[in-house]
Amino acid sequence: MRIQSKGKSGIVEGDLTPMIDMTFQLIAFFMLVINFSDVEQDQRIHLPASELAKPPTSPYEQPLTIHLTSTDQYIFGGKEMTQLTQLKSALRLETQIINRYTSKKLSDVTVIIRADGDAKTGQVQEVIQACQELEFERFALRGKQSEVSTIGGN
Amino acid sequence: MKIRNTEHRDEITLQMTPMIDIVFQLLVFFVFTFKIVLPEGDFNIRMPSSSASQSSEPSETPLLKVRLRATDSGELAGVQLNDNQFSGETPFLQLHDDIRSMISDAGGPGSTDQEVEIEADYNLKYRYAMNAITAITGEIDANGEQHKLVERVRFAPLGE
Repeated sequence: MRIQSKGKSGIVEGDLTPMIDMTFQLIAFFMLVINFSDVEQDQRIHLPASELAKPPTSPYEQPLTIHLTSTDQYIFGGKEMTQLTQLKSALRLETQIINRYTSKKLSDVTVIIRADGDAKTGQVQEVIQACQELEFERFALRGKQSEVSTIGGN
Repeated sequence: MKIRNTEHRDEITLQMTPMIDIVFQLLVFFVFTFKIVLPEGDFNIRMPSSSASQSSEPSETPLLKVRLRATDSGELAGVQLNDNQFSGETPFLQLHDDIRSMISDAGGPGSTDQEVEIEADYNLKYRYAMNAITAITGEIDANGEQHKLVERVRFAPLGE
């Protein structure tokens, strides 16, 4: 049997250029779309859709965000709460901090309410009422943007 | 002038392996931290507490009351504007049309200080309240432009 000569088996180098091109493109893409500022979002909340919900034209100045889940939990400042009294005391603490360390009036602070579509409306009202008792006046009810009409029109 | 001998120039070989290692590490980091963010929007509502609003000047136009009733499971059972009950498949669209006709009579949309109060059952799912707010506050026309209808919306104080 004739054995083929393996004399010319040098190092085979593949052309890496297209792969590196693609990889850099991918990195550039991910770097551009990455968003670190969405810390106030919570994946447990499925917001109700509305075609009129529009992103704020300018970012709010130090807003407070209160989340309400479909399982009747409140999330404020990263803490989960089951009782409204807990939320109230956390909010009271927040008002003291705002009063002491900033010159802002509480009526100028925006309270963002991110409530789940299946959360109870009464609970949202309770949260709003609790905020009103602490002299908050500005509320932003957050919804997910929708391309189609959510009230049944065209 | 001395001309350099270019015959036996050293071949420069680039070490690609560390670079590809780092590039892949970066890629993996970005892939894992990538999160699709859905666009979100707000309804900006100014709602002072009821005691504060009572002391302010009362509005000239009468308050419109929207009543949202819920079934035991929190689904929508009925929508009512003052004494007008809406039925059928699209109660919020009817509510919207009704409010728009009222506002248009009183000097065109957006030019009014009309206030609407939403009174909803406690266990009503929030998405229906959001639909009602959408129906009350404005509309998107065929060109995709947004028109404001009523800006002053508030929730009725909770009953004990």
